[in-house]
Amino acid sequence: MSEPRSTSYGDAIRQGFEYLMSTNPKVFAIGQGLWSPWYVGSSMTDLDRKFGRERVIDTPVSELACTAAAIGASLCGYRPIVVHPRMDFMLLAVDPIVNQAAKWSHMLGGRVAPALTVRAIVNRGGEQGAQHSQSLHAWFAHVPGLRVVMPSTARDARDLLIASVLCDDPVLYIDDRWLYERSEPLPEVRERDLRSEGCARRRLGGDITLVGAGYSAYLCEQAAEQLAGLGVDCEVIDARVINPLDEATILESCSRTRALCVVDGGWRPAGFASEVLAIVAEQLGPSALRAAPLRITLPSAPAPTSRALEQSYYPTAETVVRAVAKQLGVGVAA
Amino acid sequence: MSALRGSELGSLADPAELSAALDVRREPPLRLLRFLRDMLRIRIIEEVVAEWVERGLARAPCHLGIGQEAVAVGVSAHLEPRDRVFGGHRSHAHYLALGGDVYGLLAEILGRHDGVSRGMGGSMHLVDRAVGFHGSVPLVGATIPIAVGAGLAAKMDGEGAVAVSYFGDGASEEGVLHESLNLAATFGIPVLFVCENNLYSSHLDIAQRQPSDRVARFGEAHRIPSVSIDGNDVLAVARAAQPLIARARAGEGAALIEAVTYRHRGHVGPKEDVDVGLRRSLDELAAWKRRDPIRRLADAMLAANLMTPAAFAAHERAQRSEIAALAQRAEAAPYPPQSALLDYVFAGAAR
Repeated sequence: MSEPRSTSYGDAIRQGFEYLMSTNPKVFAIGQGLWSPWYVGSSMTDLDRKFGRERVIDTPVSELACTAAAIGASLCGYRPIVVHPRMDFMLLAVDPIVNQAAKWSHMLGGRVAPALTVRAIVNRGGEQGAQHSQSLHAWFAHVPGLRVVMPSTARDARDLLIASVLCDDPVLYIDDRWLYERSEPLPEVRERDLRSEGCARRRLGGDITLVGAGYSAYLCEQAAEQLAGLGVDCEVIDARVINPLDEATILESCSRTRALCVVDGGWRPAGFASEVLAIVAEQLGPSALRAAPLRITLPSAPAPTSRALEQSYYPTAETVVRAVAKQLGVGVAA
Repeated sequence: MSALRGSELGSLADPAELSAALDVRREPPLRLLRFLRDMLRIRIIEEVVAEWVERGLARAPCHLGIGQEAVAVGVSAHLEPRDRVFGGHRSHAHYLALGGDVYGLLAEILGRHDGVSRGMGGSMHLVDRAVGFHGSVPLVGATIPIAVGAGLAAKMDGEGAVAVSYFGDGASEEGVLHESLNLAATFGIPVLFVCENNLYSSHLDIAQRQPSDRVARFGEAHRIPSVSIDGNDVLAVARAAQPLIARARAGEGAALIEAVTYRHRGHVGPKEDVDVGLRRSLDELAAWKRRDPIRRLADAMLAANLMTPAAFAAHERAQRSEIAALAQRAEAAPYPPQSALLDYVFAGAAR
């Protein structure tokens, strides 16, 4: 029997687009660089050739108008996906995302639903510097009315993209170029209702709960494997959807492991890691944990360009292993 | 009164000009009656709202367009329910001119659950897709690109629907107008940009904000057919809109109308606010009131014996009493239930 074919995260996104555009004539994609692998990696290869450039629309350099135009199209029955090849540039479109898409249902008494998906790519490293590196998921998770999705596996990259586009609400779908080569065999597509998608328990364990989203969830899985070698049995929770957040799964896990470390690719102040710690502190009470909870985040500085600084800027699996070992008082070889 | 230094609009922005009765000789009388009725209805409704604000009944910010009724009425003469109209903070007229529900608007302005937005929006957040009104919100310029997207959807549908974006001269200072015009022109999107240039953005005169008072220049820069017209002449508005909407329906792309007009009231609320701006004075306001779009049409129809003064007075009385009854009903309507606070955050409630 042959091994099932493995699909990369980047190709899984492309398969998600392919599924959506083949099965739903109202789906289209719009954004900068959609006809160029230089912008979107392997994640949209040849979609323009397969579905036509009227449905895969490469645009002028107008993040704001293109994002808002997708809202307008969604109000008229379409299911647009707006692609921002770098989240940093998406900040020029904060008004349509935060003031418009997230609020129209509420402001207009539920009479309309902007059902657009905004796809933001986190694309960092490689000395790209402070305006080509940000992961600002926490900003957007703050906003009621906007669902924020962060897949960490190839299967989720495909299936959560599909669920986001089929969802009647505005969704910010954040994928990470550092995950594009992560691969696994994919089962057939099963359409999911995004409203019932919560955290995934990637690994069962009893000593500590590691929580992450997107690339950070992958770091948690890698760290958990190394920590197992040190005798630390980690439970890994992949948040997947950070707003609205499935708190119950995190709380249940922490109440069992009685220890918590959150890995977050954003900054610390008012961030995703802070939110998870606050939920646990608030819901489980002061004596629920046997060690002080831990946040592993970026340092409070913009992303550097120089390779020497970049290497220490981003947390790695080893960073997580060392920090957790210290947190739990476990010896780790220097 | 002479136009200010640097005025490219000339007589269009000069209230001493263009105040005579309209030329109605070529117009079908029924159409004139409909224009008069629609403008008057909008005027009376906004006067009710002004009174509500004065009495403290309407508390949400209300931006009145009294004096500007001809723009929406003239444009809407060529629109259909399948079209997609978007507005901004001053959009009561944009909605009503489409044949919008008077009670639904009044109830909305009072924040009642019977309102067009179920009492969740108030004056500044209106929607009623049944008549083609897809949304108005107060972030300046925000709906311009949304209308472009609705036009893109119409183009994809390929059935000849058009989008309309109403905005003011203030919004022409937002960068998003440039992005939107460029996108519409480049992609051949059927959208009509309608700038109501009332010469003021909040308290600031356009001369204090732009090197030219002529907003149509932005459309021209993007190779979009653009016209500047007297926005207080409902016939001129309808005449300008007709071919531009027709060509958009035929797949020939976007166009821009700059309708020069003037609001009798302040930026927000019922007061006339004569004490602000570079040139806004009692004299100027009085001059613009002589250029009132309703009076100019009514005078012409009276002069042409299309109606008698008594019939006009009776019509106005009838409209006033009908609207007063709807207003009274709105005042008694229920507020949204507490559950509405969370019910509408995400889709799912009945639309």
